[in-house]
Amino acid sequence: MSAPLLPLSALCRAFERREAKPSEALEASLRRIARIDGKVHAFLRLTEEEARSAARESDERRARNAPLSALDGVPIAIKDLFCQRGVETTAGSRILAGYVPPYDATVVRKLREGGAVLVGKLNMDEFAMGSSTENSAFGPTRNPWDLSRTPGGSSGGSAAAVAAKMVPGTLGTDTGGSIRQPAALVGCVGLKPTYGRVSRYGVVAFASSLDQVGPFAEDVRGAALLLQAIAGRDENDQTSSSRPVPDYATALEGGARGLRIGIPAEYFGEGLDPEVEASVRSAMDALGREGATLVPISLPNSPHAIATYYIVATAEASSNLARYDGIRYGHRAQGPRSLIELYERTRAEGFGAEVKRRILLGTYALSAGYYDAYYLRSQKIRTLIRRDFEQVFAAGIDAVASPTSPTPAFKLGEKIDDPLAMYLNDIYTVPANLAGLPGISIPCGFSRAGLPIGLQLIGRPFEEAALLRIARAAERAVGVPARELPL
Amino acid sequence: MSIDRGTVRHVARLARLALSPEEEEKTVRELGRVLDYIERLSGVDVSAVEPLTFAGDAAEAKESMRPDEPRPSLPREEVLEQAPEHDGSTYLVPRIIE
Repeated sequence: MSAPLLPLSALCRAFERREAKPSEALEASLRRIARIDGKVHAFLRLTEEEARSAARESDERRARNAPLSALDGVPIAIKDLFCQRGVETTAGSRILAGYVPPYDATVVRKLREGGAVLVGKLNMDEFAMGSSTENSAFGPTRNPWDLSRTPGGSSGGSAAAVAAKMVPGTLGTDTGGSIRQPAALVGCVGLKPTYGRVSRYGVVAFASSLDQVGPFAEDVRGAALLLQAIAGRDENDQTSSSRPVPDYATALEGGARGLRIGIPAEYFGEGLDPEVEASVRSAMDALGREGATLVPISLPNSPHAIATYYIVATAEASSNLARYDGIRYGHRAQGPRSLIELYERTRAEGFGAEVKRRILLGTYALSAGYYDAYYLRSQKIRTLIRRDFEQVFAAGIDAVASPTSPTPAFKLGEKIDDPLAMYLNDIYTVPANLAGLPGISIPCGFSRAGLPIGLQLIGRPFEEAALLRIARAAERAVGVPARELPL
Repeated sequence: MSIDRGTVRHVARLARLALSPEEEEKTVRELGRVLDYIERLSGVDVSAVEPLTFAGDAAEAKESMRPDEPRPSLPREEVLEQAPEHDGSTYLVPRIIE
């Protein structure tokens, strides 16, 4: 009766075979959340009533053997920057507290149309700016493997909810690593698709030339099923691609034989924790034993990635966040004497320290006299970084393998006063965003202290099917043994 | 690269962000440190390199323009409901012309 919640792909199968019912799965999810989320704080709010009614409708469809999609009845939770009609959406910021969107983001609409059961909204760094979820205006999320540590960020809530088995699948966004890094730090799978593969309509924007929506699940198959549900052209997002969406699940078990995996020297340098390096190298060796060829490669412009990213991302953020002015929605300062004062005080009161820091850096980089030296130069270096990848793919490399994060999960508070140290968490994840490429993080082991370690794989643009197949081969080859969460 | 307090004030004004004196002081230090790090980009040879302005498929983006035709928008009442101050038909702001 009170069976634990299955991983996403297993749950879909159990629904198909009538071994489980959507309403039972939802109750298992809600019980788990009630039992442990007081400690983890992955959720900002639950939508229990809406979820229960959606699950009952799914029960009926499943009983008639007429599911809307493979995901019909699966409990899913989403990062709190996806607009969901009638449900408060804050992006982790005080400035949006109380904002109730009058429309659904396209990915939310697609999940609903596929029969998924939306369980609630997940915690995040304010406006997705951060690598630890400590920048949430509503308190940090904790790592389920060690509550004194961060789950990473900015999609820390999305990662922790899956790792702690509160829901089998979640959505997040990844601008510089915000899906892959937390997936690595909590030990689940997180996929950032190619720029343009998934619609961003109705997603609170951070840096529009980098932002991409993607799934979290316990295994590669679950991430593939969830990507299937959200990928595709949307006429409300001009950057979304009309390339056909293949069936991601069918090609998954193709194995690693004949694949060429590039190992970039620049991703194994200074700052990489030795335990992380050992675990990632042993995962790559396992992939080699499955028939993949490991090829040393160079991505020579990688050392410029973080600096380039922090110009591009902050410049775009300073522009995107100009809309929070206290006029149309969200927080508004009381008693201003002028319109300018209304803007300046609303924003001073509504934004947290990191968001202010990035708006100021971005505004500086775009201001008169500095545009060429910073923003334009960074966009040119972006071209160089993309060329590095184009060259290795043209030379026959199928995927680039590296650590996802230079260290396992760090302590809450450890880096919060050192912005630069925090930014360097993203050193291996940022290049895929700058180049617009798909990237995935899969669990590849644990540190001696019992903290998860992630392997990152970066693939060719729009070849998520191939990337997922390689990730699945690595997942099977590594075979990280199941461990009990210390919760 | 150092950044002075006057520059921080100027940038904060451009960003429409009121800063306390403590925040100004902190910003001088923190931005200075981040800009020092970013300074490394100045040595990269970018002559004859085009900026990457679109990370997706540029050819496809050009073809994906839809016709510019009016379509139904969200109901005015529902949108105004989210505003801190409105009069039922427009947003209200402090007087800007005496």
